Amino acid sequence: MSDTDTTYLLRGVRVLGADPADVLIRDGVIAGIGPGVSADGAEVVDAAGLIALPGLVDLHTHLREPGREDAETVASGSRAAAVGGYTAVHAMANTDPVADTAGVVEQVWRLGRDAGHCDIQPVGAVTRNLDGAHLAELGAMADSIAGVRVFSDDGKCVSDALLMRRALEYVKAFGGVIAQHAQEPRLTENAQMNEGAVSDRLGLAGWPAVAEEAVIARDCMLAEHVGSRLHICHVSTKGSVQIIRWAKSRGCDVTAEVTPHHLLLTDELVESYDPIYKVNPPLRTAEDVEALRGALADGTIDCVATDHAPHPIESKETEWSNAAMGMVGLETALPVVQRTMIDTGLLDWAGVAERMSATPARIGRLAGHGRPLRVGEPANVTLYDADVRREVDPVNMTSKSGNTPYRGMTLPGRVVATFLRGVPTVLDGKIQ
Amino acid sequence: MRHLLSAGDLSRDEAVLVLDTAKELAQVGDRSVKKLPTLRGRTVVNLFYEDSTRTRISFEAAAKRMSADVLNFSAKGSSVSKGESLKDTALTLQAMGADGVVIRHGSSGAARRLANWVEGAVLNAGDGTHEHPTQALLDAYTMRERMGRLEGLRVAVVGDVLHSRVARSNVLLLHTLGAEVTLVAPPTLLPVSVGTWPCAVSYDLDEVLPKSDVVMMLRVQAERMNDAFFPTAREYSRRYGLDRDRFARMPDDAIVMHPGPMIRGMEISAEVADSPRSTITEQVANGVSVRMAVLYLLLGGSESAIGNQEG
Repeated sequence: MSDTDTTYLLRGVRVLGADPADVLIRDGVIAGIGPGVSADGAEVVDAAGLIALPGLVDLHTHLREPGREDAETVASGSRAAAVGGYTAVHAMANTDPVADTAGVVEQVWRLGRDAGHCDIQPVGAVTRNLDGAHLAELGAMADSIAGVRVFSDDGKCVSDALLMRRALEYVKAFGGVIAQHAQEPRLTENAQMNEGAVSDRLGLAGWPAVAEEAVIARDCMLAEHVGSRLHICHVSTKGSVQIIRWAKSRGCDVTAEVTPHHLLLTDELVESYDPIYKVNPPLRTAEDVEALRGALADGTIDCVATDHAPHPIESKETEWSNAAMGMVGLETALPVVQRTMIDTGLLDWAGVAERMSATPARIGRLAGHGRPLRVGEPANVTLYDADVRREVDPVNMTSKSGNTPYRGMTLPGRVVATFLRGVPTVLDGKIQ
Repeated sequence: MRHLLSAGDLSRDEAVLVLDTAKELAQVGDRSVKKLPTLRGRTVVNLFYEDSTRTRISFEAAAKRMSADVLNFSAKGSSVSKGESLKDTALTLQAMGADGVVIRHGSSGAARRLANWVEGAVLNAGDGTHEHPTQALLDAYTMRERMGRLEGLRVAVVGDVLHSRVARSNVLLLHTLGAEVTLVAPPTLLPVSVGTWPCAVSYDLDEVLPKSDVVMMLRVQAERMNDAFFPTAREYSRRYGLDRDRFARMPDDAIVMHPGPMIRGMEISAEVADSPRSTITEQVANGVSVRMAVLYLLLGGSESAIGNQEG
């Protein structure tokens, strides 16, 4: 790890894709921006043509520690995050043991701090051991050193309407938000993939869009009723987008995220029966993908979240119905967003910065992240080369697991450097 | 054709070749010595993750009638119950030199996955709720034998279509062969996108029966009765069971089929099941011929299956 006192001069960098400028980083903050900025003794980084973005923030990462350190650890996951351009990630609560007490969230927080590659912000479980029946000690987690503000039973839906109401109400006391994994459990029993023509053809039990949409509609109404903040995890259907748009128009304080894979991939890929494409929620149709892209562009969906879900190879090299659900995503998120949103003209780089940094930091109440690239702001910066094209090879990934659906696919872009409070965690694409 | 994973993989010519080859091979069953040397020296593995004595014996008989060496691998009590993965099992079979693997598995797509991992031919003997292509072939064979044709034949497939690999494979194959299929079931037992399938759909058995040359009844699995797909077995039987009265509404030369095992009294009355117009036992016999044909075409050669037996 580099010395925190080092001063860096990013020469010729394009802040949010604008004209080239020099950016001076000193003492962990941005000390100067403009043409011809110079500083004696500064380490000069040739950033000609590179795009500077505020350090990315992920609201939805599975780091698997404690419990499944064979798939990922806080340290390996935070390295993968840094390589992907992230300076802060929210670690989901469905670990073993579940992050449902102050003790577990503090453990994860400390592991992240000790690893030092990016800020690890634990998410607390909504219910004890994800049982869906008893509220976890939300206040204790909020008051802990981890300062939890996002609560989620992700992987499971808080399906009990009364319990969901209580959780929404309770977290108002400390500015928390409930991040709902919207999946009506009865409608998705044994579900294996998106319900539709492909599932019928393949004989795989269908996962209907309405199972997601019905829960989102209910929760928006509950959040509106109690005047609380609701966040919807990994929105995957056109109908969900329509419901969220309607709820926002009513004034409901709801935010939503979409994963990179739901912006790019469709259920047609499941024809191969390759469980690399098995994910929760499932890959949907081309019509859904189009609606999700449009919703991210127009702000109906607020941000991109990876749902980085590492699994060891044996969990995927098996029959479809036995395979684990999930895909890794930290290292490919920005390239997939470039391909689906920038290269299509739906967003510019300022829009990407908003949706991959500022907004997730705001939803997660993460001070010091998602800040504009201005003088005096914390130097959390990602430098990105949008002009290269690379074939995705799991062997080259930093995550402990290689379950990427983009294997063999050529994606644009590459994160060249990541700075966390002025310290490079990644330089020339390599972890520091 | 390297594998047989789906009835949809077969072109019309390939499907007809299977049926014609089966017809040729069926003669062997009438001989006193029911054996051909056609697949001598070849090894066929029956890899059964799901219990199915009828199907396993049918494949075993088919392979043995052509002199193949047959290894039966049952998941129960094997390395699988000790946690071995399908891929590792596949690699073991590969190392043992299996020329063909007949797989029956509870997971849809397992046969296709296996085909990625072994060099030999993979023959899908039923995967989850996906497909059962040799069942469709033996059904088509039986129809052709009884009715003399498949082109334009009106076939009603009745019952739990949603969970039926037999129905899926039959719709695909019969469409390829020019028959007109109508699926008949309560809406809860039909796939949501059934409107995109190459067949007609009806909820009303009584309306379909008089227009059907073939009525294929499907098995209703016991667990469906307790899972709100329909209110009671009695109501199902009243609306979708084939009893004497309904049988009387069928055209005089129409036949009744069932892949077995059947639930007498609920899906089909004993009287209908045992009638001369029921093909249930013929289907079993034809199954061996059709599986011989498929094994021969996948593992043997392109010449006549019987013609080169003296070689």
